[in-house]
Amino acid sequence: MTQLRLNPTTRRSPFHWRPDQQWEAYLFILPSLLGFLVFVFLAVGASLGISFLDWGLTGPKGFVALNNYRETLRDPVFWTTARNTVFYIVTIVPLQLALGLLIAVALNQAIRGLDAFRLIYFLPVVTTIVAGAIVFRLLLNRSGPLADVAGGIGSLLGRPVRLPDFFGSAAYSKWAVVILTLWKNTGFTMVVYLAALQGVPKELYDAAHVDGASAWQRFRHVSVPLISATTFFLFVLQTIGAFQLFTEPFVLTRGGPAQSSMPVVQYIYDNAFRFTRMGKASAIAWFLFLFIFAFTLVQNITQRRWVYYETE
Amino acid sequence: MLYVALILGSVIMLAPFLVMLVVSLFPNEAFLSRRFPLDQVTLSNYFQTFRVIPFGRYILNSSIVTVTVTVLQILISSLAAFAFARLRFRGREALFLLYLATLMIPAQVTLIPNFLIIKNLGWYDTFAALIVPALFSATSTFLLRQYYRGIPLDLDEAARMDGASSARIWWQVIVPLSVPVMAALAIFTFQGTWNDFLWPLVVTGSDNMRTIPVGLSYFVGQYSTAWNLLMAGSVIALLPVLVIYLLAQKTFVQGITLTGMGGR
Repeated sequence: MTQLRLNPTTRRSPFHWRPDQQWEAYLFILPSLLGFLVFVFLAVGASLGISFLDWGLTGPKGFVALNNYRETLRDPVFWTTARNTVFYIVTIVPLQLALGLLIAVALNQAIRGLDAFRLIYFLPVVTTIVAGAIVFRLLLNRSGPLADVAGGIGSLLGRPVRLPDFFGSAAYSKWAVVILTLWKNTGFTMVVYLAALQGVPKELYDAAHVDGASAWQRFRHVSVPLISATTFFLFVLQTIGAFQLFTEPFVLTRGGPAQSSMPVVQYIYDNAFRFTRMGKASAIAWFLFLFIFAFTLVQNITQRRWVYYETE
Repeated sequence: MLYVALILGSVIMLAPFLVMLVVSLFPNEAFLSRRFPLDQVTLSNYFQTFRVIPFGRYILNSSIVTVTVTVLQILISSLAAFAFARLRFRGREALFLLYLATLMIPAQVTLIPNFLIIKNLGWYDTFAALIVPALFSATSTFLLRQYYRGIPLDLDEAARMDGASSARIWWQVIVPLSVPVMAALAIFTFQGTWNDFLWPLVVTGSDNMRTIPVGLSYFVGQYSTAWNLLMAGSVIALLPVLVIYLLAQKTFVQGITLTGMGGR
């Protein structure tokens, strides 16, 4: 979700009104508009409609008003998946921003091999999530290579060290998803942060240096405020992404054990395509929309306090 | 010190790929016993992967879907973006705002109705289901429109003086001038479509129509401990995107971070 600044430029448009252009314009838009009408506008309306229907294995069975919403709010599994999703947001987003910034700062210097490092850190971003998840099923397994490493550390320390039971324990399953997601996405925040850091005018660092600011102070009082717009953007984008997390847990843990690592989106999927409860699944999807919408709204209001824009 | 940390980080990032490759090149017993004698290196896992699941078919499906979606989505978005950016018509601003508003709607909201639409059209488990709904992107339209607005309007006027139609202006003025942004967008769309999981999972039912990610996920379900085969499959799934990434690194990074940069 990007920062949208609409500056209507219609008025400065220098060319004259041409009636024939109207029809031409509609022809240009037509293919796109037809698709949007069916797969977006109609779909959004239909989703709302379906959420008011009771939907059984055989199809729609009747209008039930807000029952699906009420049932969702009383459903303990929904709340479990909502809590899991919040867990993913509050772990993944800060860790990913912090790690991405850390690596970007390290790379934003006259260092040798910058291109190679950037290439490596970005590599997981382009990988197919499913393939990544499959490798992490192997890596995080108790009979996998990381368990060997833990065992090795244990024998060095002289006491047994065991890898957490990522796939068998409800306490750790979510962390498996967090680890996979961090590996997969940190390169993205790194690249965006690196571009932002490279945009900070060098004179500002020099001036701060002359004033006797330490490296940390230069980072804290020059870099951090000047890239706050990027931080805001990444924060919003990654949070919305974490709200919609699905593939990673679906392939890595299948949401289990029990529902310990299941995100809301997987519960929507299960309701719609495993239990054929399209009405309830749609209601949950609208709750998800409400959460994301509320979050975006709050962020847009509070950003003034901590985001620095050069134009202001 | 800095280098030690950066190299350590690189090792962590690369280790999964390395594990994937090594395990895929040895018999499963090698992995179980953690012994990888070089004389046992074999490609047989790759051949076997193609035998136990229709991997060739998955690759074909993924390729057809990804190429078609990338080309057509950019074409359709470009046409609409051209009208939004450079033609005047009634309802232009309102319609554009409506397009923008859809960026707020998470894909999960439209997932169920779109599945039902596809089913009712008789498209379930066909290429049409995998391709058609993916052709319409508010993000692509928005990014292209932003870019097109930056191109001086004088160019259009001059072309019109010479009697060029709007279609010609689009094709011969605007499109050639926006090759870089289209390349970045193409990569963004390509990798998004190639890796897409939820939608193909929902609208495919037979092995014949599965794409690579969906096929792989079923593969995990059936062969959850045949690590050698799973890793071989993963390598095959990664290869095309990795090759393109290594060849066109700059455009690739631009493409993926495009959504981030485009709006500001």
